[in-house]
Amino acid sequence: MGKKILLEHIDVPGIETYDVYRKQGGYTAVEKAIKTMSPEGVVEEVKKAGIRGRGGAGFPMGMKWSFLAKPEGVPRYLVCNADESEPGTFKDHYLMKNIPHLLIEGMIVSSYALGANKSFIYVRGELMYVIRILEKAIAEAKAAGFLGKNILGSGYDLELVVHPGGGAYICGEETALLESLEGKRGNPRNKPPFPAVKGLYQCPTVVNNVESIATAAWIVNNGGDAYAAIGIGRSSGTKLISASGHIKKPGVYEIELGVPVEEFLYSDEWCGGIRDGHHLKALVAGGSSVPILPANLITKLANGEPRLMTYESLSDGGFQTGTMLGSGGFIVFDETACIVRNTWNFSRFYHHESCGQCSPCREGTGWMEKVLHRIEHGHGSMHDIDLLVDVAKKIEGNTICPLGDAAAWPVASAIRHFRDEFEWHITHPAEATQPGAVFKGEMALV
Amino acid sequence: MTETSTTVEFTPERLKIAQEMIARYPAERQKSALLPLLHLAQEQWGWLSPEVMDYIGRMLDIQAIEVYEVATFYTMFHLDPVGKHVIEYCRTGPCCLMGGEEIYDYLKQKLGIQAGETTADQKFTLKEVECLAACGMGPVFQIREKYYMNLTRDKVDEIIAELSR
Repeated sequence: MGKKILLEHIDVPGIETYDVYRKQGGYTAVEKAIKTMSPEGVVEEVKKAGIRGRGGAGFPMGMKWSFLAKPEGVPRYLVCNADESEPGTFKDHYLMKNIPHLLIEGMIVSSYALGANKSFIYVRGELMYVIRILEKAIAEAKAAGFLGKNILGSGYDLELVVHPGGGAYICGEETALLESLEGKRGNPRNKPPFPAVKGLYQCPTVVNNVESIATAAWIVNNGGDAYAAIGIGRSSGTKLISASGHIKKPGVYEIELGVPVEEFLYSDEWCGGIRDGHHLKALVAGGSSVPILPANLITKLANGEPRLMTYESLSDGGFQTGTMLGSGGFIVFDETACIVRNTWNFSRFYHHESCGQCSPCREGTGWMEKVLHRIEHGHGSMHDIDLLVDVAKKIEGNTICPLGDAAAWPVASAIRHFRDEFEWHITHPAEATQPGAVFKGEMALV
Repeated sequence: MTETSTTVEFTPERLKIAQEMIARYPAERQKSALLPLLHLAQEQWGWLSPEVMDYIGRMLDIQAIEVYEVATFYTMFHLDPVGKHVIEYCRTGPCCLMGGEEIYDYLKQKLGIQAGETTADQKFTLKEVECLAACGMGPVFQIREKYYMNLTRDKVDEIIAELSR
C-alpha cells in the first residue's frame, strides 16, 4: 500500500459535501495557514516539498511561485488549470468530481501564499456538471467562513470564480488559457514576458494544475519536509495516474513516486495486469504526447534495472529508449492494437487541436495526419516513413507553445520503435487494411 | 443591428444569471464573461445564431466580430441548428482501444446519419469530439452535461430508446 495524500478519503460516503469533508479534517490547512503562517512561510513549505507541476511539464511548483512579481498596487492572480484534455488523462476530472473541497482548500491556501484576492478555476467546458459541483462546494466553503471577506477574522479576502472553457485542448497551455479567460481565442502568447510578470489582464499570475494545487493543503498541514520524504529524490510526493487501455482495472490511482512500472502495471492494487489472454505490446506512460515505448523498454532500463514511476526513471535513456511521466496518462496497448492506426489517430487529434498560429504546427500536423492516413489505408510508400520523421523534426522546437512538440513526439517515437509495422502496412496493403488487421511480425511481447 | 435582434433575449432567470456571470470579473474586464455567456445562450437556444451572438456582444459592449471569432474557435458551440439531443462522440485513441470505433459505426448505422448530420425527426445530431477526459471508462459519448460511459451496443440501444420517447 502506498501513501495516500489526495485520495485518502475518497471512499468516505458524502466526502463531496462540506460537512463530511470537514469531519475528515478538511479546511484545517486554511486555519493553519491563515492563523499561524505568513504567506512567505507557505511558499517556503511548498518549495521545501519539491513538488513538481502535475499538469505534465513537471516544473517545480515552489520555484514557479517564487517568480511571481509583486509590484505595489497591482492585483496578483492564481489560476487553476482544470482544462484536462491530454488524451489518456482523466485524474483531475476524477478528483474535482469526487472531492471538490480538496481543490477549494488548496486554492485558498495557495491564493493566500501568493497574495491573490480573486482566483480562477478554468475548467474545460465539457465538464459543466463538474463546474456545478465546484460552485456548490465554493458556496458551502463561503457559508462556513473560509471564503469571502475577512476570512477567519484575518483581514484576508478571497473570491473564487469557476470559469468554463469552450472545447479546445490548446487552452491547457497556460498562456492560451489566460487568453481564453480574457474572452479571446486560445492562441498561446509569446514568452517572455512570462505569466509570473504579465499574466491575466497583464497582471502577475501563477497558473497551476488541479492536482498540484490540491496537494498544497496537505503540504501546509504536514510541512514541506514531510512531503519531500515521500517518493524518490527529485520525484517527491505522490502522483495521480490515469490508467486506461487494455488492462484489467482501468481507473485513477494515487501512487508514491518510485513504484516500479512493472508493479504498477501488474499488481492487483493498481492496473491488475493485461486483460486475460493478452500480452503487453506497447505503453504510453504520460499522456498521448509522450513517446510510446515497446514492452521491452517500458519495464526495464537499458542496464536491466527496473524502470520506476518517477520523472527521472521514465525519461532514462532520453528519447532513444525512454519517455516521460508527463501528465500521468498511462495508456496500455496489447497485441491487438495497431500502432499505425493509433499514431494516425493521435496525429489527427493534434491537427484538430492546433490553434493555427505557427506554420510548422498548423501545416505540419495536417501533413503528418494525411501521410499517416494514407499508410493506414494502404496507399503509403516507403518514402513516407522518412517523410514523417522529417516533418516531425521540423515541427519540434519551432513553435510558440509545446503543442508542436506534443504532435511530433508520438509520430517520431512510433516510427523509432515500430518501424517494421509501418513498413508492413506499406508492403502488405491488402492484408493491413482488413478490419482489425494487426502486424504479427517479430516483436517483443511481455 | 438586424431587426430580429431585438426579439433575441435571455429569459428573466437566465438574464439574472448572465448579470451575475459578468459581475464575477473585474471592472472593465467583462469580456471575460464571453465563454460563460455563450454556454448560457446555447443552453437557451440550442445553437448560436448570428442574432444571438450579436445580442451577447451588445451585452458585453464588445464588437460582434469579437464574439464570432471566439464562437468559431471553440468546438463546443453549435453554429447551425441542431437536433434535440446532440451526441458528442469521443473518437480519440484510448476510447478506440476499447472498441470505440465499432460502437461508433453501430451508432451511426442505428441513427442512419453521419457525423455533423441530424436525424429527419430532428431528435439527434451526431458530432465527433476529441478526448473527453474519461479514458478509463471508454468508449464514451456526451449529451449536454451527461457522460455516457463504458458503451456497448446494448447500452447504445437503451440510451437511444430512452431519449426517443
